[in-house]
Amino acid sequence: MAIKVFKNFFKMVLANLFKNNKEIKLGFYGPPNAGKTSLANRICKDFTGEEIGSVSKVPHETRKVQFKEKVEISYKGKKMVFKMIDTPGIATKIDYEEFLKYKMSKKEAKERAKEATQGVIESIKWLDDMNIVVVVLDATENPYNQVNITIIGNLVARKIPVLIVANKVDLKKADIKKIEAAFPEYEVVGISARFGDNLEEFYESIFRLSKKVQ
Amino acid sequence: MSDKKRGEKHLGNIKGFSIQFLPYSEIKDLNSDDRIRKVLGIILSNNILILQGRLNSNEEARLIGDTMAMIGHIKDFRGIELAVISGNEKESIFGKMAKGFANILAGGDFSAITIIGPASIVKEMKRNPKKIELLLNR
Repeated sequence: MAIKVFKNFFKMVLANLFKNNKEIKLGFYGPPNAGKTSLANRICKDFTGEEIGSVSKVPHETRKVQFKEKVEISYKGKKMVFKMIDTPGIATKIDYEEFLKYKMSKKEAKERAKEATQGVIESIKWLDDMNIVVVVLDATENPYNQVNITIIGNLVARKIPVLIVANKVDLKKADIKKIEAAFPEYEVVGISARFGDNLEEFYESIFRLSKKVQ
Repeated sequence: MSDKKRGEKHLGNIKGFSIQFLPYSEIKDLNSDDRIRKVLGIILSNNILILQGRLNSNEEARLIGDTMAMIGHIKDFRGIELAVISGNEKESIFGKMAKGFANILAGGDFSAITIIGPASIVKEMKRNPKKIELLLNR
């Protein structure tokens, strides 16, 4: 009997130890060109010295899911280890002709469109694997976009904690209140991934959400 | 200018399409695969679909994934435009859940209207909480 109690206690201690050291899978989701990679890059650069991927004004620059493992984020004396997962932007339509505006050849534009469609499919498949998701929205755009609602609806259905980030608050057209009004049940943090504005509030929220999955 | 001419000017060169209304009873008993197949069948025939109610979020994601897989394989198909407008926008998800298990199983909100159109016809759907505007391709 005593041996059994001791065994169980030992098992519990080990399990907790393992649980606290495991990486939290932190996904970046959202529509194209909202700044998912810019935000992921800023975090990765600050804590690992390396970026996760390239950014561009041309939509669908990220066309494959990209990772950075064992990113240890320190904030106010606390530390947490994350696996950062940057996903391609989710869209309901992709037209190669849109890419021609960016001085791309027809062949390149078609190839980019093909890869972008596969990227959207990959992003959707990865939804099941996330522990926490940051939905990155462009604060200068209308938030009442069905893609945003569909992404958040899927995360709620999977019981994955969500943080909404209103990016590009440095721009005049940015309207964080509109995003807050569109998603009143969620915490919305306004940031500028480009200039690193308000990342303290972002880390605070991420640490708070992480406690829910530990 | 006569009414006819004025009308023509506004319509421009919009090619033929039709608007199809689908009552919820038509998809109520279908499984997710068949619901998505039905919706896609309507859209791929160059129709704008007005659906009573809404698909559940998982079905919406699958619809997006399936349409992405079709781009490049079906001539002139570039994806879809999709918008849902609900009568209960201000109600929380938990409030909606309290409305009944049957609604949840069915995918929600019978007061909602879903509009789905092929991107070759619908250029943009502008949505705010109370209205949806459809901008058509010319």
